[in-house]
Amino acid sequence: MKRKHIQHLYWRAGFGLNNSEISELEKKSKTKIIKNLFKEANSFEPLKIDLSEYDVLLTKKSGKLIREMGKENVKKLAQKSKREVITLNKAWLDRLYEPSSVLREKMTLFWANVFVCKDKNIWNIQKYNNTLRANSLGNFRTFVKAVAHEPSMLNYLNNKQNKKAHPNENFARELMELFTLGVGNYTEQDIKESARAFTGWTFKKRGGFFLDKKNHDNGEKTFFGKKGNWNGDDIIDIILEQQQCARYICSRIYTYFINPKIDSERLEKLTEIFYKDYDIEKLMTHIYSSKWFYEEHNIGVKIKSPIELLVGMYQIVPHTLSNKNQTRYLQTMMGQMLLNPVNVSGWKGGTAWIDANTMMFRLKLPSVLLNNALINLDEKGDIEGTFEQFYKRTKKRKKFLQTTTDWKLFESSYADASNEILKNDLILSKIHPDTEALLKNLTKTSKKDFCIQLMSIPEYQLC
Amino acid sequence: MKRREFIKNSALASSLFMVPSFVKAFEEVAINKMGFKKLVIIQLAGGNDGLNTIVPYKNDIYYKSRPKVALHKKDLLLMNDELGFNTAMAPLKNLYDQGYLSIINNVGYPNPDRSHFRSTDIWHTASAANEYLQTGWLGRYIDEHGKYPYTGIEVDDSLSLMMKGETMNAIATKNAQLLYGNTQNPYFKKVLKNKEKEHLDEHNLGYLYKTMIEANSSAKHIYQKSKIFETKLSYPSNPFAKQLKTTADFINSGVDSKVYYVSMGGFDTHNAQQQRQEKLLDVYSKSMEVFIKDLEQNDTFKDTLVLNFSEFGRRVTQNASMGTDHGTANNVFIIGKNLKKPGFYNKAPDLKDLDKNGDLKYTVDFREVYATILNNWMEVDDTKILNKSFSKLDFI
Repeated sequence: MKRKHIQHLYWRAGFGLNNSEISELEKKSKTKIIKNLFKEANSFEPLKIDLSEYDVLLTKKSGKLIREMGKENVKKLAQKSKREVITLNKAWLDRLYEPSSVLREKMTLFWANVFVCKDKNIWNIQKYNNTLRANSLGNFRTFVKAVAHEPSMLNYLNNKQNKKAHPNENFARELMELFTLGVGNYTEQDIKESARAFTGWTFKKRGGFFLDKKNHDNGEKTFFGKKGNWNGDDIIDIILEQQQCARYICSRIYTYFINPKIDSERLEKLTEIFYKDYDIEKLMTHIYSSKWFYEEHNIGVKIKSPIELLVGMYQIVPHTLSNKNQTRYLQTMMGQMLLNPVNVSGWKGGTAWIDANTMMFRLKLPSVLLNNALINLDEKGDIEGTFEQFYKRTKKRKKFLQTTTDWKLFESSYADASNEILKNDLILSKIHPDTEALLKNLTKTSKKDFCIQLMSIPEYQLC
Repeated sequence: MKRREFIKNSALASSLFMVPSFVKAFEEVAINKMGFKKLVIIQLAGGNDGLNTIVPYKNDIYYKSRPKVALHKKDLLLMNDELGFNTAMAPLKNLYDQGYLSIINNVGYPNPDRSHFRSTDIWHTASAANEYLQTGWLGRYIDEHGKYPYTGIEVDDSLSLMMKGETMNAIATKNAQLLYGNTQNPYFKKVLKNKEKEHLDEHNLGYLYKTMIEANSSAKHIYQKSKIFETKLSYPSNPFAKQLKTTADFINSGVDSKVYYVSMGGFDTHNAQQQRQEKLLDVYSKSMEVFIKDLEQNDTFKDTLVLNFSEFGRRVTQNASMGTDHGTANNVFIIGKNLKKPGFYNKAPDLKDLDKNGDLKYTVDFREVYATILNNWMEVDDTKILNKSFSKLDFI
């Protein structure tokens, strides 16, 4: 397989490769490489952080716990457990840096921006994250049903408050608008009727999903013209009968994995394939095996998300940040904090990642992370904090991020490679002719410097 | 002088001389009309407790609901026979007395959301509660009416959703020199050498270069305009006052921007509310007083309108920690020189008629406030920016 095509495949199915990895694959056929990529994804490792400190909050009845620990201490412990979401954030990022299956992790990241969810309950959101991971290459039908049963989702979209006597339509609406059909492909009546089918779907503090029968509406509902005593799972089945559902998901996949501009004929073909059995793995295999996927106009045209940018740099030059506040800092400054989406519609992506401030930040990032450059910008204050806390992050004007950079791997990977190879590995997009000339004329002191210089041109923002 | 230079210089000169006078006159009118109106938006982030900012001191329900956090008549600056200012708001009371303050009560929206993040989102995008927009209302204003990112400035280091448009975004800075310094990296200068916006392609790569060029030109404009200006007033020493001073410097030095956004944090007073809020309002109002004085001294106050909001107000009933929890509708402050209806714009909140959560019911949709500002102050088509027509209020 061609080097450029390998890098393209790995940028869409993962976060890119370095020279030695590409050289290793170069000898293999496309079929074999793709097969191996999916084979690696068979192993599934849930992401788990240590929550043993908080076990008592789950295992002991609250009355007993309060007697033993005192009310204030129980409250403090519960508050502290909520702050572990940032620990999970770091753990997720670390997993992306060093995945056992890059394909599964990339898919998980994609689905997290389709089935958008946020929760302060650390156990539930960790479970939710692993549900995304487990189903990311599975069957879409099973996937939607699993998501609909997740405590974090039931909480986030207020299905907990969805009761027969007072239906709450939030989940039913977003299920169709954002998770399956896309806006305008259902009626307000469909929302009302399907909301009734999800009434009583709630969860217990300890122990997950729970069907609260007395608050569930058992009556007849008419949904997409079909009459029946539908429950939530039936509703999902009826949604999936609509070919529009396959089309909507394929369009999300198209702009994320193929090209921000959709070729509508191509999309129709993918829709037909996906509609047959809603098998995600089959669809992705088809895409990566297609000849058109490797056409020039599909390569290097996507703006990297902040996470893709960070993880991609790590693939070339591994580095570690000293603590979770610094990883949070990088994510918030570039506008993508994992587990903390803006709202249920998720990150818009594409050009929406880029404004004057994020652009300058992104261009400076390689020097900051890999060359110990100064960064003098502050992240936003905490809206739930006090005045002092809100402005705390603005006090230290001069900031260096504490990174440990492992140039050894880079140097061994690129020891025998030319500058041209380094350039082609790092830059997938076409290069502006003036910038191309600039790169040619740069005095190249070392490969390390050239690497940072390449990462600091606008073209590096594309994959 | 070489021939080519001479021609270049004289060509420039002659083009200046040859501008017909009516064109010049027209330009001046246009600048006066479009160029000087500024809007400064202040978010009291966290949800300021409106009921303890402007206190209904004759209302029994207020005192019954808040036995421990209510403020008493003797501790207030009375405004009329019904309402009084929190004493920490004394400087704002001065603005009120001068007719520079308009208070709009019960501003909110249908089906209120009590999450800071979601409700901020709603205020920033001007969406309905069940609608998710990915551009901010000022971002859309900049899309329609701004040529450069610096049309909108957020006084911070990163941009909020409010300031993000579809094709154009505002720029964030709380230190013009630092912003400029960051664009003056010799390597980036080389990358941008000879590149012009007009010659870039329409694809993503063109967009990236375009944004880089605009970042540079905006940083340069803001820095070069504002560096020559120094305020004569001394602001209180706190980070919020510093944000306001930066805003005033930009406005007074003639930075060609239209909208500013400043966020002041700390208002999420779930506990120890009285002391905490008093301190916050003190910081807020003292800083605001100097800010307005600064604008007045530079003759820019007449062209500047300040809108103060919180993502929500707080619950009428106190909680168990001497504080209050997240609520709904709240008062909004409009500060300006030529207000149509200084003082109270509408009736105080009705504490007898609360929603099922025990929260205030809104009577004015916040998007009516936005529509009024866009239409009457910024003089633009508000329906285009808000995607919908809202009735206008009568405060400016």
